[in-house]
Amino acid sequence: MDSLAQTPDVLVIGGGHAALAAAITARRLGASVLVAEAAPRPMRGGNTRHTRNLRAMHREPVGTLTGAYLEDEYWEDLQRVTHGQTDQALAQMTIRASAELVSFLAGCGVHFQPSLAGTLSLSRTNAFFLGGGKALLNALYREAARLGVAVRYEAPARAIAMRRGAIAEVVLAPSAGELRVAPRAVVAAAGGFQANIAWMREYWGDAAENFVIRGTPYARGEVLRLLLDGGCAPVGDPTQFHAIALDGRAPRFDGGIATRLDSVPFSIVVNRDGQRFYDEGEDLWPKRYAIWGRLIAQQPGQVAYSICDAPAARDFMPSVYPAVTAATIPDLARALGLDPLALAATVADYNAAVREGDFDPTVLDSCRTEGLAVAKTHWARRIETPPFVGYPLRPGITFTYLGVRVDATARVGLADGAAAENLFAAGEIMAGNILGRGYLAGFGMTIGGVFGRLAGEGAARHAGN
Amino acid sequence: MQATETATMPDARRALEICNACRYCEGFCAVFPAMERRREFPAADLGFLANLCHGCNGCYHACQYAPPHEWALNLPAALARVRHESWSETIRPAALRGLLRRPLAATAGAVLAAGLAALASAHGRATAHTGPGAFYAVIPLATLIALGAATLLFALLAMAASTLAAWRGLGGTPRSIHVLRALHDAATLKNLGGGGGLCPYPGERPSGARRHAHHALAGGFLLAFAATSVATIDEHVLGWHAPYPWLSLPVLLGTAGGVLMLAGAAGLIALKRLADPAPLAAETLAADQVLLWLLAAIAASGLALLALRETAAMPLLLVLHLALVLGLFVTMPFGKFLHAPHRFAALVRDAMERDSARS
Repeated sequence: MDSLAQTPDVLVIGGGHAALAAAITARRLGASVLVAEAAPRPMRGGNTRHTRNLRAMHREPVGTLTGAYLEDEYWEDLQRVTHGQTDQALAQMTIRASAELVSFLAGCGVHFQPSLAGTLSLSRTNAFFLGGGKALLNALYREAARLGVAVRYEAPARAIAMRRGAIAEVVLAPSAGELRVAPRAVVAAAGGFQANIAWMREYWGDAAENFVIRGTPYARGEVLRLLLDGGCAPVGDPTQFHAIALDGRAPRFDGGIATRLDSVPFSIVVNRDGQRFYDEGEDLWPKRYAIWGRLIAQQPGQVAYSICDAPAARDFMPSVYPAVTAATIPDLARALGLDPLALAATVADYNAAVREGDFDPTVLDSCRTEGLAVAKTHWARRIETPPFVGYPLRPGITFTYLGVRVDATARVGLADGAAAENLFAAGEIMAGNILGRGYLAGFGMTIGGVFGRLAGEGAARHAGN
Repeated sequence: MQATETATMPDARRALEICNACRYCEGFCAVFPAMERRREFPAADLGFLANLCHGCNGCYHACQYAPPHEWALNLPAALARVRHESWSETIRPAALRGLLRRPLAATAGAVLAAGLAALASAHGRATAHTGPGAFYAVIPLATLIALGAATLLFALLAMAASTLAAWRGLGGTPRSIHVLRALHDAATLKNLGGGGGLCPYPGERPSGARRHAHHALAGGFLLAFAATSVATIDEHVLGWHAPYPWLSLPVLLGTAGGVLMLAGAAGLIALKRLADPAPLAAETLAADQVLLWLLAAIAASGLALLALRETAAMPLLLVLHLALVLGLFVTMPFGKFLHAPHRFAALVRDAMERDSARS
């Protein structure tokens, strides 16, 4: 155990899906493996803990996946959300390799369930983990333990001794003392930096203080920073992140899925001055929720308010927090901390502009406004039946795009164009290679699984030579 | 009757509201789809969901919001508390409600009283009684039947009244198909199946242990009950008198039942000792323990009676066994045994709801 702790064949930095896929794969190839996870055991697993599915290519119905989802369609979906900000060769390799992920995970004891209620649109493309991401992690950690992978919790990497792409030593800093590890190969799978508010401030200033971080507070980007400082090539726009609109009362970190709010298309959204600022009915919510995080991040105070009336409040799933309700619009404004006159004027203007149509939440219907500077182009209905309902909204950051460059074997690239000798990367720390912009549901887990396995294999083979 | 709001309900409601915004556990058991059919959770609905929960704890170990998360979500413990209170609130006769929280005293008292009643009616000397009618030389057959029938009838009526009181909070009339589906779910313990992943009780690792142990205990209980029924028919219809030969149907059923009960109860007691305490509600565990030990004692005394029926220990063992069985019957309506009718009613209601959700 001591020798494994200090000179493992493979050191995996991180403890989420990508890290465990790498550790299990390397161990199965005969390498001795140490996993260094920054979080304590109950909070292990990074953002994987909050995930629920992965996107998998398949030629015919398999397990819980219905129909077929072929490479071309998958690639088109990815191109659409990234607007071309992707590495085509890496992306297509990832898509092809995604076909094996379900059976790999099943072989590790992960169970799947039919797509969750309300997510029928994903039943063909995404395989849902029974019990969600934490259940998946529990299974992966059990499989790793069974294989003899050593795991060290509360052991963040504090220093990495790297010379010309060769890592000689990694210093782990458990709560007491430090642990110097000299592995033959390293897999960096320690996530992005969205939970590092000081780093976010470098690009966003004071606004960063008002961002909600949807996932783990342990994604502080320390490993990413060490690798970039050590000469690894960056990839992805450092200023950009994926964000959604969520309930403004969400905890600062770790609120996960339960804080999301689907009220936007059925309401109007105003900023803290009581003014509307974007078409709430531009498109179906699954195609628009991801832009609303950015929209709210650009509003004063990084806050917005979703306003509707009693009938409309029945059209969307409530968030985990109770709605703010009031008998009149000015009272609702006061309850939300808004200017009553400004909100009343905005609602009156909006109500006057609504042109009645056939309301249908499942299609781009004919309910719209006319003559407003900021139109609502679908699902526009008058806000007139009390009690009136309001929710505060804030931007919730899911992940950052900045990462290290990798090749098709998950080997990390250096800033001078060479390849690192014994360093591999997987998961959010390299996802920006493939997902340079936007998001595709379940694709982060797909990248983590595919590159985790590649990194584990590459590291084990390097260590074996 | 309107279901009563109790002190434990706000926490369960808070947990379910978080769960309803997450839904990752949807595939584990029937509780989550039933929860998703609701947006609000009045007292009667909470009681229903709490009794539908089989306490496997799978959702706790899969929960992204479990402690030390600041939401400290613990659905199994919250539902266990509501479940316990839902029984307590509906116990009939209502004067006996407090006994659910004093299971050891209640059970010991009932067994003691039954033992005294049995002794009072016994005219056995401490000598071996053998041959046909030997048991009735100790306690007359009519007394045996009167004591057993009276206590069992009391138990069945009181448990039915309790279950109906809970049912009235939600209303509705099941059709036979719903009862059949509930029988299937109860007989297979489908909701301890973890949706294919096996529930993790007693720890975090997938395990079928509790399901198997419960099958053994419940199956053994039914076999032992069948043994008594067959013996009654033998006695009354066929005129054969106990003790019966080793290879007779009542003895075979009773032996198999006793062994299974003993194994099942021992298994469940052992699992309780191993169980991770985090997802459990500590204040509900005593009632579980007392029922398990009582069932184990009934099985052990029954087997001992069979083995030693030709010895001088028989009369004492007969009185002991009878006292334990009568003690079980008497305490059924205000102890852990209430889980059986209440959970069955919840399964029936779930079948009804699934049916109407489909149409």
